Amino acid sequence: MAAKKLNIKDKYRLLTRDLDWDFSYEDRKQAFPYEEFEGIKITDWNKWEDPFRLTMDSYWKYQAEKEKKLYAIFDAFSQNNGHLNVVDSRYVNALKLFLTGVSPLEYQAYQGFAHVGRQFSGVGARVACQMQSLDELRHVQTQIHAMSHYNKFFDGFQEFSHMHDRVWYLSVPRSFFCDARSAGPFEFMVAIGFSFEYVLTNLLFVPFMSGAAHNGDMATVTFGFSAQSDEARHMTLGLEVIKFLLEQHEDNVPIVQKWIDKWFWRGTRLLTIVAMMMDYMLPNKVMSWKEAWEVYFEEAGGALFKDLARYGIRMPKYAETIEKEKEHISHQAWWTFYTHGHAAGFHTWIPSDKELDWLSAQYPDTFDKYYRPLWELAKEQEAKGERFYTSGLPQLCQTCQIPMLFTEMDNPNQNSMRDSVFEDERYHFCSDGCKDIFDEEPEKYVQSWLPVHQIFQGNCGGPGVEDVLSDYYKMNVGVDNMDIKGSPDEKRWNEWKGIA
Amino acid sequence: MTIEIKTSTLEPVRNTFAHIERRFGDKPATRYQEATYDVASEINFHYKPLWQPEYELNDTGRTAIVMEDWYAFKDPRQFYYGSYVQMRAKQQEVAESNYSFFEKRNLARLIPDEIQRKVIRLLVPLRHVEQAANLNNVYGSSLGYGTAITQALLYNGMDRLGNAQYLSRIGLILDSNSGDALNEAKRYWMDDAIWQGVRSYCEANICVEDWFESFVAQDAILDGLIYELVYLQFDQWLADNGGQDFSMLTEFIQNWNKDTNRWVDAVVKIAAAESDANKQLLEQWIGTWKAKALEALAPLAEEMVGPEALAIAEDALVKRLNKAGLLK
Amino acid sequence: MSKVYIALQDNDESRYIVEAIEESNPDSTVIHQPAMIRIEREGRLVIERAVVEEKMGRDWDVQELHINLITLGGNVDEDDDQFVLEWKQ
Repeated sequence: MAAKKLNIKDKYRLLTRDLDWDFSYEDRKQAFPYEEFEGIKITDWNKWEDPFRLTMDSYWKYQAEKEKKLYAIFDAFSQNNGHLNVVDSRYVNALKLFLTGVSPLEYQAYQGFAHVGRQFSGVGARVACQMQSLDELRHVQTQIHAMSHYNKFFDGFQEFSHMHDRVWYLSVPRSFFCDARSAGPFEFMVAIGFSFEYVLTNLLFVPFMSGAAHNGDMATVTFGFSAQSDEARHMTLGLEVIKFLLEQHEDNVPIVQKWIDKWFWRGTRLLTIVAMMMDYMLPNKVMSWKEAWEVYFEEAGGALFKDLARYGIRMPKYAETIEKEKEHISHQAWWTFYTHGHAAGFHTWIPSDKELDWLSAQYPDTFDKYYRPLWELAKEQEAKGERFYTSGLPQLCQTCQIPMLFTEMDNPNQNSMRDSVFEDERYHFCSDGCKDIFDEEPEKYVQSWLPVHQIFQGNCGGPGVEDVLSDYYKMNVGVDNMDIKGSPDEKRWNEWKGIA
Repeated sequence: MTIEIKTSTLEPVRNTFAHIERRFGDKPATRYQEATYDVASEINFHYKPLWQPEYELNDTGRTAIVMEDWYAFKDPRQFYYGSYVQMRAKQQEVAESNYSFFEKRNLARLIPDEIQRKVIRLLVPLRHVEQAANLNNVYGSSLGYGTAITQALLYNGMDRLGNAQYLSRIGLILDSNSGDALNEAKRYWMDDAIWQGVRSYCEANICVEDWFESFVAQDAILDGLIYELVYLQFDQWLADNGGQDFSMLTEFIQNWNKDTNRWVDAVVKIAAAESDANKQLLEQWIGTWKAKALEALAPLAEEMVGPEALAIAEDALVKRLNKAGLLK
Repeated sequence: MSKVYIALQDNDESRYIVEAIEESNPDSTVIHQPAMIRIEREGRLVIERAVVEEKMGRDWDVQELHINLITLGGNVDEDDDQFVLEWKQ
């Protein structure tokens, strides 16, 4: 008798879902102990719809094919000194920020998905998370390998791992993922699987990788798009998780909504760095941050939330504020880095006149009014030989850990400051969104390891800021930091390119 | 476009990342090194996990094994993601052609019915053991310390899912894709006395808190015995009794075992060599879990091959452990 | 109704897939961006195995799509014969 052909769904069920069994000798709750404390109610894991149905053999096959292509390009890139093809040496600073700030997040994503990939008692969800965990490990490793060649020719990459755990601005992305991983398994999935992967990573990878393509960086385009091909699976998983939680029990709806509010806010704060990379650090621009935000958040995210409305889920809280912020945050962030350029592990600069004009055109309602005058002033200072650096250390938001650089959206001349008192201590925030998050779980956020506080408390060496930079952060002071003008990076670049 | 550059100006500023240089000196590093060493965070974790507030997110305290440097666990295969998936992709290509050859020629019809029954009862239920191994290895990957060992544990965890799927496909070949053989094998796993010892062992290990102990109980002890018993001895028995073609279907797992054993042995050896305290602890775990495993596997060994089979498997396992510096 | 979208790496294989998508989905919009091709359509978009196979002149597994996929928006339903993206509102 000829065997009937199994369709992909039945095959996947037989090969994966049926592997689990009911325990007789131990309490299954002891094997999966973290499913209940968040208040999420799962009535039946069998209702889980597998978002994609890759068996391991297909996984190995397709992933190996991707890896083979990717590493062939890396090899060609380094053999041909591909770094010489980037548009100019300023561009490479975006990569430094990427390797020190983003790649280690991929590592935390690997750890987080391994954790939920072990702890969910439903086998379908577990296996999907395990595969994502493995993918995330792929991403951090391919990123390190892609940057390995740049590290040989530019400063600021060499201590990416050490810096990620310590440096003031890197505590922003780092605390974001520590926050998600230290939460329960379902919150982690809403935070990373859904909010971050489904909506926000598109903003991180797609415009930024197109930017790399536009700026002659073949290695980054290749790893970016190759990583992104896994992302499509991850997005599907993120959406499945949400639908599953919402369908399991009506009591889950308000919990999920609260997490969506929290993680979209936290995510948009995190993406400030990307906004700045796109508008200021890419010499050849692809699209403005504002436009990327409109395509990938407002349009794509809007469609998503319309789809979820049938479950009683609404747009994340503060969506109106977020919409206004797209006009401002990239400018506020780059100005902060420019003025703190001595304490950053990459180079900063004043946008060229052509770039200033581009920014004016992209941001007609805000740039000329609020931000261009700052740069014109900086240009004057620089021309006088008085390139401006702030001497103080910025106050950080207790929640997102970004310096208090944001302004009120209705009055961009006014810094946005909020505060809360918890157990007789006053804590400061950059926004209502961040204050809300703290007020909901103050016991958690009082633990924030705020780099500036830590420096003042003497926990990062010292006594001077320069000592902290060189000894605690392991920055090569005078080489990795300061303005691109006069930097060793610039000097080498000009030699390679024969620029006098 | 040709760029004219004096070669001397293209000397690299450095050969590798600073943390790699601190470990291995100022020279070009391998992809394994750059992908592995000092990648995991070590300090300043901000928040204690709500699910384990007694630990940091990454914490060496989740096992009683103590290492001065958790990156001592170099993988002898030097697997990073890219080399790992490419190795498995090659192996799965061979497996795929074996499975499709077996199916296309309908080789099952040449295998005596009683041998087929025996495979459904004694081999196919091992897919559930692989499932337990998936959980235990992913557990170590998620709560272990240092990328050197945690990445290898994840690769191993995913391999076990792959193994479970290959074993399941043997069932599907024998039941012409109806799923009946898989259901039958699951009934043996759940109710047949012959499997209850192994099932109880798996359930107990899934609940073990110390991730390194769980690794020892699974990868070193149970897998070590099953490899010898099932994939060497039972395989030979099948070959001698008209079921030689099954070897085509278990070849993947056999080859997989060979490369994995190298890694498992290295991990055990490195942990034992670190200190007497580690060595004693490992021997204590090995003592407990080996006794349990032998008891659990005894009825299976007898039915698969015969009365001496288990002693032979134990002997082979002890030799491996001896080589790792244990039980001497 | 919202738009679903899919983006593929701009390479030779994708060109056949995009051709197949255009054939299976009249009035879809194809947008060429640096290194990627984005295809959008109101409500629903389907990639049919048979059509891709015809364009490529070889067997094509729906899961091979993942090799060249960059991103997507919409609910996914994947089986042996097709890959569907859809909003359900």
